Amino acid sequence: MAWRDAKASKVRLILFMSSIVLGIAAVVSIQLFSTNLKDNIQRQSKVLMGADYVIDSRQEPTQRAQAIIDSLQPNAYEVNFVSMIAFPENGGAKLVKVRGMEGDFPFYGTMDTQPILAATRYQDLGGALVDATLLLQFNINVGDSIKVGQLTLPIVGALKSIPGSNAISSSVAPPIVIPYRLIANTELLQFGSRKEYQFFYKTTNDFDLIAFEEKIDPLLDIENADLDTHTSTSERLGNRYDNVGKFLNLAAFIALLLGCIGIASSVHIYIKEKLKSIAVLKCMGASRLQSFLIFLIQIAGIGVIGGLIGSIIGIALQELFPYILKSFLPFTVEISISLQPIFTGVFLGLFMSVLFALLPLINTWYVSPLEVLRVGQSTSKSSKKAQVLVSIAIVIFLLLFSYVLLDNLMFAMGFVFATLLTFAILAGIALLSMKGIRKFFPKRFGFAARQSLLNLFRPNNQTVVLVVAIGLGTFLISTLYFTKDILLSKTEVSQTAESANIIILDVQTNQRDAVEQSIQDLNLPILDNIPIVTMRMHRIKNKLVNKLRQDSLRQVRGWILNHEFRATYRDNLTTSEDIIEGDWTPQIAPNAPILISLSENLASDAKVGIGDEIVFNVQGVLMETTIGSIRKVDWAQLQPNFTVLFPKGVLEQAPQFNVITTAVPDEKSSADLQRDLVSKFPNVSIIDLRQVYTVVEDILNKVSWIINFMAFFSILTGIIVLIGSVRTSKYQRIRESVLLRTLGAQNKQILKISAFEYVFLGVLGSLVGILLALIGSLCLALLVFNEPFVPSIVPFLVFLPGISLLVVAIGLSNIRTVLRSSPLEVLRREG
Amino acid sequence: MNTPKILKITGLEKTYSSGNKQLTVLQNISFDVDRGQTFSIVGPSGSGKTTLLGLCAGLDEPSAGQIELCGQDLSTLNEDQRAQLRNKEVGFIFQNFQLLPTLTALENVSVPLELQGAKDAEKRSMVLLEKVGLADRSHHYPSQLSGGEQQRVALARAFANQPSILFADEPTGNLDEDTGEKVIKLLFDLNKEAGTTLIIISHDLELANRTQQILRLKGGQILTNQRTSVLQS
Repeated sequence: MAWRDAKASKVRLILFMSSIVLGIAAVVSIQLFSTNLKDNIQRQSKVLMGADYVIDSRQEPTQRAQAIIDSLQPNAYEVNFVSMIAFPENGGAKLVKVRGMEGDFPFYGTMDTQPILAATRYQDLGGALVDATLLLQFNINVGDSIKVGQLTLPIVGALKSIPGSNAISSSVAPPIVIPYRLIANTELLQFGSRKEYQFFYKTTNDFDLIAFEEKIDPLLDIENADLDTHTSTSERLGNRYDNVGKFLNLAAFIALLLGCIGIASSVHIYIKEKLKSIAVLKCMGASRLQSFLIFLIQIAGIGVIGGLIGSIIGIALQELFPYILKSFLPFTVEISISLQPIFTGVFLGLFMSVLFALLPLINTWYVSPLEVLRVGQSTSKSSKKAQVLVSIAIVIFLLLFSYVLLDNLMFAMGFVFATLLTFAILAGIALLSMKGIRKFFPKRFGFAARQSLLNLFRPNNQTVVLVVAIGLGTFLISTLYFTKDILLSKTEVSQTAESANIIILDVQTNQRDAVEQSIQDLNLPILDNIPIVTMRMHRIKNKLVNKLRQDSLRQVRGWILNHEFRATYRDNLTTSEDIIEGDWTPQIAPNAPILISLSENLASDAKVGIGDEIVFNVQGVLMETTIGSIRKVDWAQLQPNFTVLFPKGVLEQAPQFNVITTAVPDEKSSADLQRDLVSKFPNVSIIDLRQVYTVVEDILNKVSWIINFMAFFSILTGIIVLIGSVRTSKYQRIRESVLLRTLGAQNKQILKISAFEYVFLGVLGSLVGILLALIGSLCLALLVFNEPFVPSIVPFLVFLPGISLLVVAIGLSNIRTVLRSSPLEVLRREG
Repeated sequence: MNTPKILKITGLEKTYSSGNKQLTVLQNISFDVDRGQTFSIVGPSGSGKTTLLGLCAGLDEPSAGQIELCGQDLSTLNEDQRAQLRNKEVGFIFQNFQLLPTLTALENVSVPLELQGAKDAEKRSMVLLEKVGLADRSHHYPSQLSGGEQQRVALARAFANQPSILFADEPTGNLDEDTGEKVIKLLFDLNKEAGTTLIIISHDLELANRTQQILRLKGGQILTNQRTSVLQS
C-alpha cells in the first residue's frame, strides 16, 4: 500500500528526497575527505617530517644542549634563517628562507628537484637548490648563479618540494637549500639574526619514541631547545586540519538540517492532503499502525534512497577537495573510498528524514476517522505530548551528532544553541511578520497586493519554512562577505595611507646611517628607525624562569619561558597601541626604577599585572623592571609591533640592531631598493609588505572559496526546499487561481498576486539573513578583529535583490502551469 | 417579436484525446437563450452538462462550432479577453460553493468587484450579503459557515458584478432538501430582481421545471429542447 500510494505522489516524494540529498552529499564528502586526510597524515607522518625526530633550537645550542644532541648522533642537521638573496644575472633580489644542510636529509620522502639528481648531489657540488617558482619569477635557470650574503654559488637544481613545507609558507619566503659548510662564507649569521638550528635523526622501527620524548624533552626545554617526533608533529598537523574539517562538517550539517526542515514542512502539507485517504482507510478497518506505517515506510524509503544518492554525490565531490585545499597541505592527499561514510550517509538520510517527518506523521496516529473526515485542525492532548517527545528527540539527536562532529560537549551545546537560536530568530520574525500583517492589514492596498499578503498566512502556508531557508542561506553568504570585507579593508587602509610598505630588518648599528643614506639617495622617506634589543625573561614575580619550566602546576604559559623577546625603546606610542592599564612612562631618569609596558596578551599569558616585577636577561646582563603599563596592540596592522616596550634612557647602550621602514610608490622602486641594499648590505632582510598583502589576499580568497562552497550547499538546499514548498502548494494555488480566473481575473492579476507574495518572502528572508549577518559580523569585528565595522553596501545592493528575484522566479515558474490549466478541468475535479 | 439572444450556440462539438483514442463528449449542439430567460440543462451523469456549461461560459474551448455570448463570438477572444467578459457579464454558482478559504464572506463577495477595480466594492457586497441574510456573518471565513450559508455567500458573489447571465452548476447538489429549497428560492428571487438570464444545470427535473426552457442532453447530444409553462417575467 505504501508503494502504491507513493507511486501516485512520485514527483512530490522526489522533491522531498532532493531536500536532503545535498546535505547528505556535503556531510559524506567532508567526512570522507577528513578520514582520508587523517589516514594520509598518519601514513605520511615520517615523510612529512623527513625524519623520525628533530631537535631544534632558536639559537646556537648551549653547551649542555649540544652535548645531548651530539650524544644522540644526528644523521643530518641544518641552520636556517630568512635573508635576502640576489641573482647576479639580472640583478633581482628576494627575501628567502636559506637552509644550510649537512647530511642526507630527508630520510623519508624526497626533495623533488629538477634535475632529479641535484637533490642528492648539491652538497658535493657546493651549489644551491632554489625554489622552482622563484626561478620562474626571476627568469633564472639552473646553471646561473645566486648570491647569498657574501657568497656566490651556482644553482644546481630547481627545488619543487621539500618535506614539511607548504605553498603558503613558501610564497612569503621561498626555500633555498645550500650546503651547511658554506653558511659561514655568507657572513649572514650576525648579531640579532633570527635563525633556527635543526638536528635530524633516524631510528629503527622498534624505537620507543614516546618514552624517549618524555625523557629527553624536559632536559632540552631547560636549554631552550625542543624535541619533536614525527608522531607528535603529525598529530599537531592532524589537529590543525581537524579543526578545518570540523568547521566544514558543521556547515554541511546546517545544509542537512535545512533539508530536514524542508522535509518536515513538505510532509506536513502532504499528510494534510492525505487525511481524507487515511480517513477512508480507517473507516474500512485500517488500524492506526497500518495507516501510520504507510507513510512512515514512504518517508523511510525516501530517506534511504536520498542517503544513498547523497553519498554517491558526496564521493564524487570529495575528489574536488584536494584541489581546493592544495595550498594549505604540505603533502598530496591520495583519495580512497571507505564504506563507513556511505553507511553514515544512508543512516543519516533514513534517521533524519524519519525523525523530522515524525512531527507531522504523528497526526495520522491520533486523529480519529471522524475528525479526519472533517479535516479539522484540532490536535488532541496525547498528540501534543507525542510532538513534545519527538521535539526532545530531535534536540538530543542534534546534540549527539554535533558532539560526534566536534568532540567537545561544550562546543556541541554551543553549536546546537546557536543553530536553534538562528532558526528561532528567523522563524520568530516570520511568525511576527505574519501576525503583524494580520493585525495591521493594509486594507487600502490594491486587490492583488492584499490577496498576496493574505496568502502569507493562508492555511497550509509555508511562510516560516521559506523565510528560514532563504534567511539562513543569505545569512551564511553575507557573514562571509562582511567578514572578508573587514579583513581586506584592513590591508587596503594600510596600503593607501602614508604608511610603511617596506621593512628592512637586521640592520646592524654600524650600518644604520649608511642604510638610511641609501634609502634617501633613492628619494624614499625614512618612516621609522626602530632599535631592537633581544632579551629573555629571567625571573617573573620573584620566580626563576628555570624553576617555572619544571613546575608542572605553573600558570605562566610555556612559550614565554623559552622566548627570545625583541624589545624596543621609545618615548611615544604608535597608532596601533593604546594604554589600557597603568601609565605610560616615556623617559626614565638614570638609576630610577625601570617602568616598562607589556602588551595585553603577554601580560595575560605571563599572569602579571601593573606593579609586578620582571627580571630580563639582556644578553648576559640582568635588568630589573617593573610593569608600569599594559597596552592593547593591534597586531593585524602590518607594522613592527612589540610585546615588550621600554622607555627611553635604559637600553640605549645595550647591543642592538635596527629595523628601518620606508614607503615605495611602485614595484620598480621596491626592486631597485632591494637590489641596492642587498648589494651593499648582504646581511639585511627586506620584507615587501605589498607582497605579503597579496599572499594574505590569496589565502583569504582560498578560504572564502571553501566557505562559499559550503554556503552554496545551504543556498542550493534552500532553493530545493523552496521549489519543494512551491510545488507542494501548487494544487491549492491552481484551484484558487482558476477560481479567480473563472470569476474574471486576468493572467496579469494572477501573476501579480503570486509575484507580490514571493517578493515579500524573498525580501523578508534575505533582509533578515543580511541583518543577522550584520549583527554577527559586528560582533566579530569588535570582539575578534578589534576593528571598527563599516558594513559594505554590497549585500544590500546585490544579495537582497538577487536572492529575492531568484525566489520570485522559482515561485512564478510554478504559476505558469497554473495559468495553462483549464478552469473547467479543475472545477470538475473539485466537484 | 424577435427577442435578443444572450447566448447562441451553433454546431458545437467537444472531443478529448485520451492516448490514441478520441472521446466525443458533445456533438452537434445548437440552441440559443433569450436575454432575461431562465433556462435549464438536464441529463444523466456523463451526458456532457458540465462540459457544455464550461464551453458556454468560455472556460474551455470547443473542438468545433460557434459560441456567441453577450453578442461576442468567443472564438475571437483570447483567454484574458474571455476573463474580462466573464468579469463584466457572467456570474457563477457551483455545486461545491468554490469560496476562497483565505477570505471572509464579505471579501469573497467582493472579489468580482475588486477585480473590476470598483471603489465601493465593500459597500455593494455588504448590501448583497444583507439580501442573502448573512450580514451578521460577513467577517466569518468559509470554514466557519454551514453548507447552506456558504452557498448563500456564493449566490451573493454571483450577483455582485450585476451579471447579464448567471450559470448555476447543480446549485443544490451539496445541500439537504430544506436548505436547497431556500437557496433556490433566493436564487430565483435575486434573479428576478436583477433581470439576469439564468442557466441552471441539474439532474433534478423538479428544479428544471421552474425554468422557462429545458434542454435535455443524453450521450453528448440534444434529446429535446422544450419551453415550459413558466412565463418570462
